[in-house]
Amino acid sequence: MSGGLTHRLHRPGDSPVHRLPAHVKVLALLAFVLVVVATPADAFAAFAGYAVLLATAAAMAGVPGTVIARRMVVEVPFVVFALLLPVLAGGPRVDVLGLSLSESGLLAGWNILAKGTLGVVASILLAATTDARSLLVGLARLRVPARLVEIASFMVRYADVVGDDLRRMRIARESRGFAPRHLGHARVVAQGAGALFIRSYERGERVHLAMLSRGYAGSMPLVDATPAARADWLRGTALPAAAVVIAVATWALS
Amino acid sequence: MHVPDGFLDAPTSVATGAVAAAGVAVALRKAQDELDERTAPLAGLTAAFVFAVQMLNFPVGVGTSGHLMGGALAAVLVGPWTAVLCLSVVLLVQALLFADGGLTALGTNITLIGMTTVVVGWIVTRAVLAVLPRRPACVVPASALGALVSVPVAALVFVLLFAVGGQADLSLGALTATMAGWHVLIGIGEAVITALTVSAVVSVRPDLVHAARPLRAPLRLRRADGSLVDAEPVAASRQARTGRRDTRSLLLGGGVVALLLAGVVSFFASGDPDGLEYVAEDEGFLDTARDHAFGDFALADYGEVGGIPVGLAGILGVLVVVAVGVLLFRAVRGRSSARQHEDAAR
Amino acid sequence: MTTPSLQVSGLAFAYADGHQALFGVDLTVGRGERVALLGPNGAGKTTLVLHLNGILTGGAGSVHVAGLEVRAGDRERLREIRRRVGIVFQDPDDQLFMPTVRDDVAFGPANLGLHGATLDARVEAALAAVGMTEVADRPPHHLSFGQRRRVGVATVLAMEPEVLVLDEPTSNLDPASRRELYDVLDALAVTQLVVTHDLPFALQLCERSVVLSGGMVVADGATADVLADEDLLRAHRLELPYGFDPRSVWR
Ligand SMILES: Nc1ncnc2c1ncn2[C@@H]1O[C@H](COP(=O)(O)OP(=O)(O)O)[C@@H](O)[C@H]1O
Ligand SMILES: [Mg+2]
Repeated sequence: MSGGLTHRLHRPGDSPVHRLPAHVKVLALLAFVLVVVATPADAFAAFAGYAVLLATAAAMAGVPGTVIARRMVVEVPFVVFALLLPVLAGGPRVDVLGLSLSESGLLAGWNILAKGTLGVVASILLAATTDARSLLVGLARLRVPARLVEIASFMVRYADVVGDDLRRMRIARESRGFAPRHLGHARVVAQGAGALFIRSYERGERVHLAMLSRGYAGSMPLVDATPAARADWLRGTALPAAAVVIAVATWALS
Repeated sequence: MHVPDGFLDAPTSVATGAVAAAGVAVALRKAQDELDERTAPLAGLTAAFVFAVQMLNFPVGVGTSGHLMGGALAAVLVGPWTAVLCLSVVLLVQALLFADGGLTALGTNITLIGMTTVVVGWIVTRAVLAVLPRRPACVVPASALGALVSVPVAALVFVLLFAVGGQADLSLGALTATMAGWHVLIGIGEAVITALTVSAVVSVRPDLVHAARPLRAPLRLRRADGSLVDAEPVAASRQARTGRRDTRSLLLGGGVVALLLAGVVSFFASGDPDGLEYVAEDEGFLDTARDHAFGDFALADYGEVGGIPVGLAGILGVLVVVAVGVLLFRAVRGRSSARQHEDAAR
Repeated sequence: MTTPSLQVSGLAFAYADGHQALFGVDLTVGRGERVALLGPNGAGKTTLVLHLNGILTGGAGSVHVAGLEVRAGDRERLREIRRRVGIVFQDPDDQLFMPTVRDDVAFGPANLGLHGATLDARVEAALAAVGMTEVADRPPHHLSFGQRRRVGVATVLAMEPEVLVLDEPTSNLDPASRRELYDVLDALAVTQLVVTHDLPFALQLCERSVVLSGGMVVADGATADVLADEDLLRAHRLELPYGFDPRSVWR
């Protein structure tokens, strides 16, 4: 489902959004999406407001709509589910274009579609404006356990290397005329996966030796990270704060 | 199966977030026992590996394909705790760097994919290993079964979460049946790829397969007359025996729970009168869908197929799973003993 | 006489699977010396290298680094040894494990307790020494193979080691990268042990060569003399490139 790291979403740039420290952005994203998720499904105006907020942020960051649209495919399985809900759900029904659809199902489908889409777009914005390393530093600043950040850092570093290994194996197979057609061919592919695991694990062992050789004694040295300035926090909270305002306003007006 | 934002309501998302955080915290501590200070590089490389093999697709039918989740595979290869860390990190990175899986749903995704598939895959694998002969090759069928069971169980946990925090007036029975049926199919693909991958590793570096470690041949001593006897390391033998008893009881308990669950869930599944069948008859919609998707699976809709009572269908399902596992084991054993003969003949 | 940078005596070692790789190696490398360690595949070169900073221990014999004996279990001592011996591994993808070049070069000195401006200065100096300052903020994966090799050297230089040990530094390098690497190494004043089967490279860089074969030192002398000994080379599966005559090289 997830494309390789070749499909990296990051687009280098120097917009105000790019310049925000990663941990501020992650917290802002989390707060924003939480507000979105907590909004009742029938507050249609609020969702429109959130969409405008995201569009503004995207424009500020200089992330083109096409980039966002292309990445939104990750949502597809759930879009299908959302579209089926009006058909499958129970309760009172309404007639739409000759189809008898469930009222609650329609609302639930819309709920998933709207919130999922807003969430994906917000996440794409984070991914597009933050490079992997800043993100790791940001996670460390958010007090994510150091060991977990280290594992993530090794994963990010070696995902390309392992992915390249996988790609080379596939090319080697295909240049010798192999074309997987049915599950019976899984054996060949899985043997490749087995070899890939051995390679990866052995590389892990060699990396460990290389780390030991440079004085590693069980914990990684802290990557420096200057704390976020108050101005950064203010800018970072702009998005979730505006979302809260919208949520409260629609609730008050309804 | 990366759950997006908004699929479950906010309280459920927060609750699964707490569950995930607790699970990862325990895994962090326990993984040190599995990998000591090599945890970071080895788990990191394994995470990169899982990330790569998750791109492996396999056909499920009706022109759609599933992709490997890798929970059971990782558990068998590097042990359950490290696997929980690896899968969680993969999900974290996918959510933050690839916008794959919502950030508020990260806890849900870690609970489902990072923990449920790993834990179920591992327990089933260990349980099967406990009844098979103690040889590294047995890890192959055991892991197949672990992978096969792990996927539908994760789907059922998903249904459970949806029942609590889903925001649709959906017949849970229908949802359970659809998800379970569909994910049994995906589970078969997962099982095939997992077993073949594990088998490829076991044949070259059995020492790298965590689940196969207790199965290694014991050290042997050569007697004066040239005969070989097993060396009996004093401290280890006692541990091995208690370990064995532990897995026995684990197996018994696990089996009973599995059968109970299967019975209860499938009863629940068809307990709702206006469930899937109702809609299907009414709309003529799912009939076709089901025919395509589930093919000729007799038990696919967990209902009264051929007069088989409801709960029994689920129990039968578990038994079928066990039978498939035994057959797989036979096949693998046949192959490996044939290979041994070949080697001997050379 | 000053204490030699490296002193290996009677070193023997068997891997856990029982395979014995070293059978009593004696080797002394004086301070400031550049020595090539030649030998066919499987000779035990990498095994020897891993003993020089105490990654492998537990066999017979001893290793001293600038007078300090490598002892397993003594964490403080190992730390000091690993500061003194910098190893550049064969595969730069093993050597460079951090998200960016800068982080990677900083990893070693940071483990030594350096931080802040001192750390930054070390990193800059090491990158400048290999001419890689401009790639500091890029991920290692985006560099060419030759660049990664040079950054690998920088990661070790940043620890200001007493001895620089390079395991097959020219493997997989194109001729231009190989020459650039030569320029980098030739400009360094530090003691160097260069493991290689690139014989012309050894001749170019090192006055002295040691041949390791079957886990033992079978020759030790001036590189020009070692490479001129055809019988020796043939007996230990070492081959000069076609048409290369070590006696005709002007040094
Ligand atoms: N981890 C290991 N376990 C067992 N044997 C090993 C291991 N690493 C290397 N060997 C064996 O030790 C011998 C020396 O290997 P190595 O030092 O890597 O050789 P070189 O670097 O000279 O090519 C070889 O026969 C190799 O197969
Ligand atoms: Mg070597």
